[in-house]
Amino acid sequence: MAQKTYASVTVDVNEEGYFTDPSQWTKEIAVEIAKEEGITLTDQHFAIIEFLRNRHNNGEALSIRSINHSGVLDVKTFYQLFPGAPLKKATKIAGIPKPASCV
Amino acid sequence: MEQKNPIKKVNIICAKGAIEDVYATLVMGNGAVMEGIETNIFFTFFGLDAIIKKRMDKLHTGVVGNPALRLPGGMRMPTLLGVVPGMEAFTSWMMKGQMEKLDIPPVSEFLDLITAGGGKIYACKLAMDMFKFKEEDLSEHVSGILTVGEFYEHAGGEGSQIIFT
Repeated sequence: MAQKTYASVTVDVNEEGYFTDPSQWTKEIAVEIAKEEGITLTDQHFAIIEFLRNRHNNGEALSIRSINHSGVLDVKTFYQLFPGAPLKKATKIAGIPKPASCV
Repeated sequence: MEQKNPIKKVNIICAKGAIEDVYATLVMGNGAVMEGIETNIFFTFFGLDAIIKKRMDKLHTGVVGNPALRLPGGMRMPTLLGVVPGMEAFTSWMMKGQMEKLDIPPVSEFLDLITAGGGKIYACKLAMDMFKFKEEDLSEHVSGILTVGEFYEHAGGEGSQIIFT
């Protein structure tokens, strides 16, 4: 298992850089991962990250559709906040596994 | 897994209008958008139903001449059963229910997701003329009506792929 150091904390990640233990995550760490992805986190980013983490902790699957039903923001804004591959980037920054969903 | 020559753009053609044909297109298209791949989807012939406002959320799956179709429980569905009135509607309803459980949205909502991520939807000019559809019959997701030549122009570029579902 690989390890990475963010904000002077060493965390366990898989070969793609996703957290293997979401409990090691902190907001300070999220800021550092986001920097690697070229993103500066805002309150809006943190709101959706919290939604993603809650959903993961409740054992619910993540899909792009679930973002629209989050009540936090719509999919269009989500794509703007995490340009490129939003669900992959957002889950990486949120310290949870990469979604295994096709939708 | 990092590839040397990643796919940068996909151009998907959908020429059929059954649930499974349209969803194959939509899942691949939306998946590409989610990966940050530039995406164009071109609907032609019966595939146009997926972008015709009045029809897009009422697609059916074929129950006659579909040897892979099975009854709940796994038994093959006899072709003759397919001609029973209401069988096609019932089967289509079942399919949609199963998809909803997997968080696969109805066609119009799926197109919302694809276009929200920057995916582009196009209608085929020839098929529009053939089926006598007008621009106002199309859903608001459609960016334009293209000739085949224009489609190829849109499909150009390095790392671009054309997929016929």
